[in-house]
Amino acid sequence: MKKESSKISKFFYTWIFLFVLWMAFTTSLDIAELIAGVFISFIISLFTYKFFTTTGFSILTPKKIFYFIKYLFVFIIELIKANFDVARIVINPKLPINPGIVEVESKLTSDFAKMILANSITLTPGTLTVDIIDNKLFVHWLYVKGTDTETTYNEIAKTFEDILIKIYE
Amino acid sequence: MQIFDYIGYFLISVGAIFLFLGGLGVFRMPDFYTRVQAGTKASTLGAMSIILGVGVLQPEWFVKTLVIVIFLAIANPLSSHALARGTHKAHQKPIVKDEKIEDAYEIAEHKAEEKNIK
Amino acid sequence: MDLFFIIIISIISLGALFGLIRFIKGPTTSDRVVALDTLSAMLIAVLVLLAFIFDRYIYIDVSLIYAVLGFIGIITIARYLEGGI
Repeated sequence: MKKESSKISKFFYTWIFLFVLWMAFTTSLDIAELIAGVFISFIISLFTYKFFTTTGFSILTPKKIFYFIKYLFVFIIELIKANFDVARIVINPKLPINPGIVEVESKLTSDFAKMILANSITLTPGTLTVDIIDNKLFVHWLYVKGTDTETTYNEIAKTFEDILIKIYE
Repeated sequence: MQIFDYIGYFLISVGAIFLFLGGLGVFRMPDFYTRVQAGTKASTLGAMSIILGVGVLQPEWFVKTLVIVIFLAIANPLSSHALARGTHKAHQKPIVKDEKIEDAYEIAEHKAEEKNIK
Repeated sequence: MDLFFIIIISIISLGALFGLIRFIKGPTTSDRVVALDTLSAMLIAVLVLLAFIFDRYIYIDVSLIYAVLGFIGIITIARYLEGGI
């Protein structure tokens, strides 16, 4: 695990993030709105920067941004696949399912990366993350193909983890 | 701008069909965990697709619709995960068709409890 | 184009009807909450659609607030089921 970045970097990261969020919510370039946004996001980030991020600006390198955009594309494709999968099962009169909870071991160390992985798993074909304990994810699977850790890792987590490791490790 | 209109109407139609399938999935599935799977996935993509379709049809609203879509993409899997976890902690077990598949989460919880007692 | 939106909203309503049956029948609390979650996702989509049909920008804000409040509500119920409220 890398050491945490400086307080100033974390603080400005939080401030800018919150301000962009403010602009997205108000969707106006009125000068009064912008000033109010700067002040409010300043006050909130004073109190929350310790918890909001552990990386600060060090996460914004061109390589990481490239992998992040690639991740988004992979994620959207998997999301669409997931929906056709669910649609196929729901329409089928026999309901072809074989459900069960299996264990997936993750190689990721950062909490935020694990959260993204768990969320992505939830939105992909036939899987739902029930809990995370240390580096083990417990996943409810609609049609279990095998319970050993190698099969579950390759079937469920591999697509996302290959990219996430490059961003966060 | 004809082409954007067609994209918008296409996205709205696809979204409506997926929302319908989400409702049907929640109705037809046999137990809670499978219902969460059908409900969250289909309804998330359905709602996202309809909202994005409206954003394409009305370009001034695009930023706001994008905010809602991103929020749904983050919040919906989180809430379904929290619900599944809460239900499992409330001792409602998932049904299994194949008896050989053990509940890995329950085993891990038992181990953690035993450690705490020691 | 009006006919198009009538058909779209009818399809969504049919889905909502199935969700509602599950909400009334659902043997446990969790089943009802899942049905509620699905219904609220439908409602958010329909609100945005209505904003477009009637050309009222404010409905989009309403649906955003509904999404945020619905999320908090589901999290609260989940914490309650877990027994840690």
